Amino acid sequence: MPPAVRFRDAVSLAGRFPLLAGVTVEVGEGEVVHLRGPNGAGKTSLLRACAGLVPIVSGAAEVLGHDLVGDRQSVRREVGLLGHRSFLYEELSVEDNLRFAVRAARAPVAGIGPALELLGLTGRIGGARAATLSTGQRRRVALAVLVARAPRLWLLDEPHAGLDAAGRDVVDVLVAEARRRGATVLLASHELERAATIADRAVTIVGGQVVAVPAGAAPAGRGEEPLVAGEVAARPAIVGEVGCDVA
Amino acid sequence: MWRDAALVAGKDLRIEWRSRVGLNQVVPFAVVILVLFGLALGPSRRVLAPATAGLFWVAVLLSAVLAVQRSFAVEAADGAGDGLRLSGLDAGGIFVGKAAAVTAQLLVLEVVLGVVAALLYAAHLSGFVMLAASCVLATAGLAAVGTLYGALSAGSRVRETLLPLLFFPLVAPVLIAATKAWQAGLQGRPGSGLGWLSVLAVFAAAYLAIGTVAFGPLLEDG
Amino acid sequence: MSSTTANAVAAPVPAAPGGAGRAGHQPRGAWRGRLVAATGGAALLGIAATVWLGLWVTPPDVYMGNLVRLLYIHPPIAWVMYLAFGLAMLSSLGYLWPRTRDLRFDRLAGAAAEVGVVFTGLTLVTGSLWGRPTWGTYWTWDPLLTTTALLFVLYLGYLALRRVPGEPEARARRAAIGAVVAFVDVPICYFSVYWWRSLHQLPSVTAGKSYIHGSMAWTMLLGFVSFTLAFVWLVVRRYRLAGLAQAEEADGLALALAERRAEGEADAVGRPPGPAPLVEHGVGLR
Repeated sequence: MPPAVRFRDAVSLAGRFPLLAGVTVEVGEGEVVHLRGPNGAGKTSLLRACAGLVPIVSGAAEVLGHDLVGDRQSVRREVGLLGHRSFLYEELSVEDNLRFAVRAARAPVAGIGPALELLGLTGRIGGARAATLSTGQRRRVALAVLVARAPRLWLLDEPHAGLDAAGRDVVDVLVAEARRRGATVLLASHELERAATIADRAVTIVGGQVVAVPAGAAPAGRGEEPLVAGEVAARPAIVGEVGCDVA
Repeated sequence: MWRDAALVAGKDLRIEWRSRVGLNQVVPFAVVILVLFGLALGPSRRVLAPATAGLFWVAVLLSAVLAVQRSFAVEAADGAGDGLRLSGLDAGGIFVGKAAAVTAQLLVLEVVLGVVAALLYAAHLSGFVMLAASCVLATAGLAAVGTLYGALSAGSRVRETLLPLLFFPLVAPVLIAATKAWQAGLQGRPGSGLGWLSVLAVFAAAYLAIGTVAFGPLLEDG
Repeated sequence: MSSTTANAVAAPVPAAPGGAGRAGHQPRGAWRGRLVAATGGAALLGIAATVWLGLWVTPPDVYMGNLVRLLYIHPPIAWVMYLAFGLAMLSSLGYLWPRTRDLRFDRLAGAAAEVGVVFTGLTLVTGSLWGRPTWGTYWTWDPLLTTTALLFVLYLGYLALRRVPGEPEARARRAAIGAVVAFVDVPICYFSVYWWRSLHQLPSVTAGKSYIHGSMAWTMLLGFVSFTLAFVWLVVRRYRLAGLAQAEEADGLALALAERRAEGEADAVGRPPGPAPLVEHGVGLR
């Protein structure tokens, strides 16, 4: 089976700043991969590049068979990105937002109801304007959009952030469900322990590049709690093979 | 593309319906402009009545900038601009949809404004077919240019000042043609306005075509 | 500006990577530099000669008197204006066409439009100077004049659009689309103003129909040639300047890439937690 994501020496810029400084990574179809790395390492940029939002200026990048160097648009209908922001229209209700997103992506409208139910957005909250929602609720709406769209590639940027305990568990359930349906998941997270339980393997990004981390030696990433890093180090099986070479 | 256009237009109009920003802010703004013109040009009916058509269209032009800015402010909030790119919608469809929504809002504004202008300037409204036809064609052109330039300046930090600078010189032909068509209608000889209608139609068609093609590349700028 | 200064500034340009794409051929570059300098010198001499011929040598016109002397520079300036906007439009199309997409077209469009705006201003000024004694007013709503004034503000907007910061490709694409949008407006504008005027049955003002011959014709021809040369020289110089600015921008890239990678290597060997990295998630959201 061809890989869902294949980057080779991919460079991506914001002005003169290299968001990605030569990323080489491969993710198989149906895999759940955890992206790790300190703040500003390029995790978000890699996810956005996979969604065709960030141009690749050199190197090769292919996602779900779409060549991102030549055409960044066609891939977008098949991927779902959960970003730092939730892409909601403030004036529209939760249900209206969901209906617009689902119809725009040409996904079946029938999926809206179950998605709302799964994320606990039924009843009064379904009719509430997005502007009145809390951060956690906005996240839930954004996740509901993903569930209803059922993309082939899920790109989750800090999916646990801003959610309560129940919400975090729902995220884990969603990822497991997506995997069961054969979708590929790329998940950037600082919650190493939680991510480790749902991911098949981890990939470490530092300085806009994927780096190989020897088994058992998780990087003492800046901004990560040492305790959590230590716990992951105790699970070498997850950290090991990263399927990439370092440029 | 048409399906996407309908979807986007429906979304924008629903947002307007919920927020009423156009109705509660842009329409009163346009009325204030008409009042200001009245104050500036003096109480004489002999001055105001012949100028009705021109003043009406200047007020529409000023309001159009606000409507376009609102149309893109909605997209910029909370990363929805990214959302539009990720949505999988056809870019041409997004352009036509947004332009259609702006057109619809401006047409409502023009109805209100026309009545107010007739009252304030003591103009006699006649030749309704000519008035309505020129409104539709002119507004389609204004919305097309506005949406195009709105997207062109949306990403930048200077968009509030850039949009009017780009927009007003470009729509000079619309101002001329629409004013002439209205004068023809108001003076009760609508036949002489037909040529001006064709100018408006050419303008609208040209920029709707350019916008449909150019919107894809523009949307990618972010 | 004299041709010696032109040479001094133009000479180092071909060595710059962004200057002409095929850089580094010193003989060819020097040859080019000399050609540009020669163009500038010829333009300068030509304009000086036109002024001399126009003011002292040619006779006053039978109908227009000394006013005819404006005719030696006003039409050439207006011609350069059209030439500039035409070139800006063509190079913008060149950029938009996928097969010829190249930032050089963007720079050329910007250079041409800038020169065009300057010459539009000159056209308006010389036109007004002509209009005051001829029509008794500096300004009249003549179709040509009105369209020219609209052209002036239209392209001022285009230049403002070009100055909006952004990534070079995005900026170039925006500018190219803006140029096409503005250019399409020019004929519509002209015809609507023309028609607007003619419906009023006011006398349409066209350039003097005087019979031009002999030294006058030659002076006018010289004016056209030398202003065109001046246009070429200005555009080439402006284009090269933009190339240098872009090359300077691009030079930083290798360094930025190396820095970004070093950030990773330092981390991989276990650098102690230093100051927080400069990139907040703000960058990722752009």
